[in-house]
Amino acid sequence: MNYRWDFASVFSNTDALLAGLSGTLRLFAICLVAGLTLGLVVGLGRYSKRKLLYVPASIFVEFFRNTPVLVQILWFYFALPILVPFEVSPLLAATLGISLNSAAFSAEIFRGGIQSIDRGQWEGARAIGMSGGQALRRVILPQALRRMLPPLTNRGIEIFKMSTLASAVAYVELLQQGKLIASLNFNPIEAYTVVALIFFVVLFPLVQATYALERKLRRAD
Amino acid sequence: MTTAPDSCVMRVTGLRKRFDDNEVLKGIDLDVQPGDRIAILGASGSGKSTFLRCLNFMEQPTTGRVQLHGQFIGAERTRRDGTTDNVYNEAELTRVRQRVGMVFQQFNLFPHMTAIGNVMEGLRTVQGKGRDEAAALALKQLARVGLAEKAEAYPSRLSGGQKQRVAIARALAMEPDLLLFDEPTSALDPELVGEVLRVIRALAEEGRTMLLVTHELGFAYHFANRILFLADGVILEQGTPDEVLKNPREARTKAFLAGHNEFSF
Repeated sequence: MNYRWDFASVFSNTDALLAGLSGTLRLFAICLVAGLTLGLVVGLGRYSKRKLLYVPASIFVEFFRNTPVLVQILWFYFALPILVPFEVSPLLAATLGISLNSAAFSAEIFRGGIQSIDRGQWEGARAIGMSGGQALRRVILPQALRRMLPPLTNRGIEIFKMSTLASAVAYVELLQQGKLIASLNFNPIEAYTVVALIFFVVLFPLVQATYALERKLRRAD
Repeated sequence: MTTAPDSCVMRVTGLRKRFDDNEVLKGIDLDVQPGDRIAILGASGSGKSTFLRCLNFMEQPTTGRVQLHGQFIGAERTRRDGTTDNVYNEAELTRVRQRVGMVFQQFNLFPHMTAIGNVMEGLRTVQGKGRDEAAALALKQLARVGLAEKAEAYPSRLSGGQKQRVAIARALAMEPDLLLFDEPTSALDPELVGEVLRVIRALAEEGRTMLLVTHELGFAYHFANRILFLADGVILEQGTPDEVLKNPREARTKAFLAGHNEFSF
């Protein structure tokens, strides 16, 4: 193989890659917080015995679990502005698509986690006069979160990787920058390899950290 | 809500509880006076636990009224078909539960909190007390059940009897007007029953108002000033321990007592 490696042209674009990384991290942070928060709310709706809460939550979950994120991002970017009187930025479109999808998946994690806690824990909390919200916050969620940490970690990893879908609407993130570098320098192997490696270098330590947290929580039991 | 001028801690009138088509409680009346220690006996399925759980609204009575210190809890509602049932406001029930404590068969301690953390929880979260004050009060309650030295232990490191004593301390910390015990020793190994019963006995001697659902007939005899015998969702027989346990009138009470051959005074 007489391919001439050209990593130099990738590294000469470090600034562009850093801008991309910063865009990826920003999108990740927003979608992680928004997706998991909304997921908790929807998950509580799915847990509820009240039809008024259960039915809309279930429709939400089924709709967003069964439609592709990429289609949603494109829809929010190209279709939504026709219907609403404001501009939809690439960041907003990507945030909506990824957060709503993550909310749907994490809602099922939250529902399962809360359901897995013994009913006696609710009763123990209510018997000392706690409200439902207090019982949830002080007694149920702290126990449920330990059990939910592995699947929530997976969700987090998925959100991080899903951020690349934002390149479809030209949001400045890592893949978008890699595409630009590859097309300007005709070096797709080097550009995409470096992009993949950056993802790995950022994600791997994050995941290790959550493993350490899991071990620490298990010791406290 | 209306206030009745009487000294009753709790007054129950015509209490019924239905789960779908299954009516578990079929009209129960009970006055609980200050200092009463009432043991509730009955075969499994007689409704005794359900009755106790209706008194702090772990289960909501279908019809019939419960008054706490003369105040009615919940409201009666007439439905379109002419039948009535009760509606309850969750915030009101939360306030009632602060005054009616409960100890469960399965303890229901919070496993992610230490013993003292469990006892402090209601003081902090519900009563809004500061950390130091709550810790001091909680330690006092743990000392009372003989577990001050286990304050920092997690429930997983405690025996069943110790767990139940922590649960009693947790209920006591809220300074309830009325304390409900739902088969507090049924989940314990036989050798651990005594330590829990001793704690309950000590509370009785302090003059606390308590209701106890139990299978420990010998303990009920010494603990209670009144005994209720439930069968098929009604109070079949009631009276002093001597009346109900030594001279039962009803055939079913006699049969129940005869079935507990370990029963000795």
